[in-house]
Amino acid sequence: MNLLAEAFSAALASLNAHRLRSFLTTLGILIGTMAVIAVVSVLQGFSDSISNQFSDLGSNTLTLDAINEQENFRTGRINRITFDDVETLRYRVPGISRVAPIIVPQLGGAAYRGRTTTPQILGATEESQDVLGVDASIGRYITASDDRNGRRIVVIGVDVRDELRMPKNPVGEYLLIGREWFRVVGLLEKRGEIFGFSQDNRVFIPFSVARSLTGTFERPFMEVSFTVENLAELAQVRERANRAVRLSRKLAPNAEPDFEIKAADSFIKQFNQITATATAVLAGIVGISLLVGGIGIMNIMLVSVTERTREIGILKALGATRRDILIQFLLEAALLSLLGGLVGIVLGLLAGMGIASLIPNFPPAHVPVWVMLAAAGFSALVGVVFGIAPASKAASLDPIEALRYE
Amino acid sequence: MIELRGIVKKYVLGEETVLALAGVDLFIGRNEYVALIGPSGSGKSTLMNIIGCLDSPSAGQYILNGRDTSSLRDDELAIVRNREIGFIFQSFHLLPRQTALQNVMQPLVYRRMPPAERRERAAHALEKVGLGDRLDHRPNQLSGGQRQRVAVARALVGEPSLLLADEPTGNLDSRTSREIMALFDALHSQGQTVVVVTHEPDIAAHCQRTIRVRDGLVVEDSLNPPRAA
Repeated sequence: MNLLAEAFSAALASLNAHRLRSFLTTLGILIGTMAVIAVVSVLQGFSDSISNQFSDLGSNTLTLDAINEQENFRTGRINRITFDDVETLRYRVPGISRVAPIIVPQLGGAAYRGRTTTPQILGATEESQDVLGVDASIGRYITASDDRNGRRIVVIGVDVRDELRMPKNPVGEYLLIGREWFRVVGLLEKRGEIFGFSQDNRVFIPFSVARSLTGTFERPFMEVSFTVENLAELAQVRERANRAVRLSRKLAPNAEPDFEIKAADSFIKQFNQITATATAVLAGIVGISLLVGGIGIMNIMLVSVTERTREIGILKALGATRRDILIQFLLEAALLSLLGGLVGIVLGLLAGMGIASLIPNFPPAHVPVWVMLAAAGFSALVGVVFGIAPASKAASLDPIEALRYE
Repeated sequence: MIELRGIVKKYVLGEETVLALAGVDLFIGRNEYVALIGPSGSGKSTLMNIIGCLDSPSAGQYILNGRDTSSLRDDELAIVRNREIGFIFQSFHLLPRQTALQNVMQPLVYRRMPPAERRERAAHALEKVGLGDRLDHRPNQLSGGQRQRVAVARALVGEPSLLLADEPTGNLDSRTSREIMALFDALHSQGQTVVVVTHEPDIAAHCQRTIRVRDGLVVEDSLNPPRAA
């Protein structure tokens, strides 16, 4: 330990003696580490915010959705989820606790005191509050009674309120949606953006109202989210729901399904997959940059060994063993690389924070501690690996030759 | 203390084999004060390197303090150098970035000695050579004579059994040379074994015994007449 501390301070002194050269040498490592930390911090901040937004959708939530190929849209034979499917899920599948259908009625825009906007209009039941994790920040959300009695009420998003210049507290105001008047009963919690699309430019009206306002021959787009009673039975319930919906849709036993039941976290999974791919590509680039940085370090260490040949000879004459010399030079290389890595981490953090704050509405940058530790450890490792050749060259110098070196 | 038996050293230079030492037998006892002289190319330096355990002989035996060092590996030789030999070089060979004190402490680092004890012994050694007030000076802040004294302190700090000086006054003016030789005389009178490699008769005259090397052989081994103090 004592020896190591000794070698450590010797290495530091020797790096300090060539400050500019040390800095230039470690620049490769510095930039490489900085790039990783900056990109990881931005990506991770982004990923965190996505996960947070979707964490409202519990892992026990499944979603029934129609499958449509390009062909279906071209021919107009579009598969849709029907009210029968909703009933099937509600009454024919054991193990489902709550069913929250969402209907998208084609009602047109919304208007308030001469101003208009075109929010996403969704018809939802009381269950959507729990199943989809939406709630009101002011006023209230849709209740079972609203749905039963077909009340013309609406819960609006923040963007809709601002776009229509409604009062900060819009509860009690009347909104024209399509050709119907709706009373505002609540303001939705602010959700922010996903991929640049605002999640606040939407309004919720009772499911029954949306359904009744849809023409008899119109087949509105629908999607059904539902929760299972027991998370352990998720797979079985999913299979049961699958069979029941096949029956209700009168699919032949061997026909391709025209619907799918997705787990709610599949989006997060997909996103995580994208993140993982990006990280892998990044790791490759970083690997190359650290390789280049490492070669730079090896090069300058070899120069340093040549320059200090006589010094090495002196140390050997004084009784330094191969190991003493080896450790000293390895430590010097590792320290050089580690210092570059540490500076790179700090600069990378700053760069990540800068990038995140420059882009409007972008989530704050965030780097997990283990990534920083790994970056520091890895840069030290690069130093050790690329220090081996110079250090062993130094260690194996012949003392007589080395002492004679001018 | 130092016993050389039939020491042969061959170098291979290209296709030629050079015989640097052609069979040297030598005995140097404790507290002897020996001058090793000879023209360049005589094998004098090779002999010094072997005595200093910087090099191993091609054949023959070198027994240092009762231990045969001829067959030791490099790292074992490093340990022997650290414990038994104190080197002094013509061009001082101090570590340029380190202070006088750090230079003198360096051999003790390789003995894994605790820093406090190391510091104390190094400071004491520097005091002994009259540089007690120059501990924190770097080599480039010291005169040639002072540098060589730092080197002497570094050679002595580990209490080696042999002080081996290679042309110790070669880079010094005559006045400083006399000071350094006076230091060697004093060390010898305190019981230190000293071997000085030189080509200057003046320097050799300080010693009690002169060993002359030529063509890889000891051609003369004589006691010097006692000097008038």
